[in-house]
Amino acid sequence: MNYFQLFNLPATFELDLTELGSRYLQLQRRFHPDQHSAGSERDRLLAVQQTANINDAYYSLKQPLLRAEHLLALRGLKISHEQRSFTDPVFLMQQMELREQLAEISQSADPDAIINSIERELQQQKNQLLQQLANALETKSAEQDQLAADLIRKLKFFFKLQSELELIEQQLQD
Amino acid sequence: MAYSNKVIDHYENPRNVGSFDKDDATVATGMVGAPACGDVMKLQIKVNAAGIIEDAKFKTYGCGSAIASSSLVTEWVKGKSLDEAQQIKNTDIAQELALPPVKIHCSILAEDAIKAAIADYKQKHGG
Repeated sequence: MNYFQLFNLPATFELDLTELGSRYLQLQRRFHPDQHSAGSERDRLLAVQQTANINDAYYSLKQPLLRAEHLLALRGLKISHEQRSFTDPVFLMQQMELREQLAEISQSADPDAIINSIERELQQQKNQLLQQLANALETKSAEQDQLAADLIRKLKFFFKLQSELELIEQQLQD
Repeated sequence: MAYSNKVIDHYENPRNVGSFDKDDATVATGMVGAPACGDVMKLQIKVNAAGIIEDAKFKTYGCGSAIASSSLVTEWVKGKSLDEAQQIKNTDIAQELALPPVKIHCSILAEDAIKAAIADYKQKHGG
């Protein structure tokens, strides 16, 4: 299913999220099962199915990484369920170092300062990769699609780091 | 989801955690990661003049199954030649640790880590 088509939006990475939100609400209202309560059982089932599709589509388009994955899948490059290991040693070494920094936060004298500095670094790296991803997805070539796929993989590590950092922050507050 | 006793054992008492000096000529390093879960695994081997893996160490940031898989592999490769270590299959790891299907990728990661370390060694020593 083409999620962009469902919302009648152009299939691009740069997306107007406000527009997506309002089209989502419109579709939700139109297919809300309550609107079809008077219809046949088949109509009601279809409405339920359609509502589920709309929710999936909205969730996928709202998140930049899922949106990028969907865009690549529409171009014939499916990476969402891949189990292949990532093997870029320089990138992984950097990830390892960031993980080590996270692990040392709780023993530090000023954890807040370290959290803030790591947070800034993660944000900066993430934005840089997202910008590169946007550029790669703009050109529709097999080579750029592969590059985009690699950027998505890298970004996933950064999103993971960010959620780990949030977890540590929460634990320190408790 | 419940972890098997073997996973818990390796998770609570991981074998061979740590690092070797990566610039040591007898040391080779394999770095791999799983984008889907953000796991990062470093596996190092120390190879003697006869081409036998004398020692191995690992450092893994990930779930219990990923830690157990890498811990197990460091135990398995010790005393093996590079060719023997190359034969380790993720299915052997998954079977030994009784990993459920959703955790099979952790064993794939460990297999890829040892393969990456062997490749690093061969590259360091001119193929």
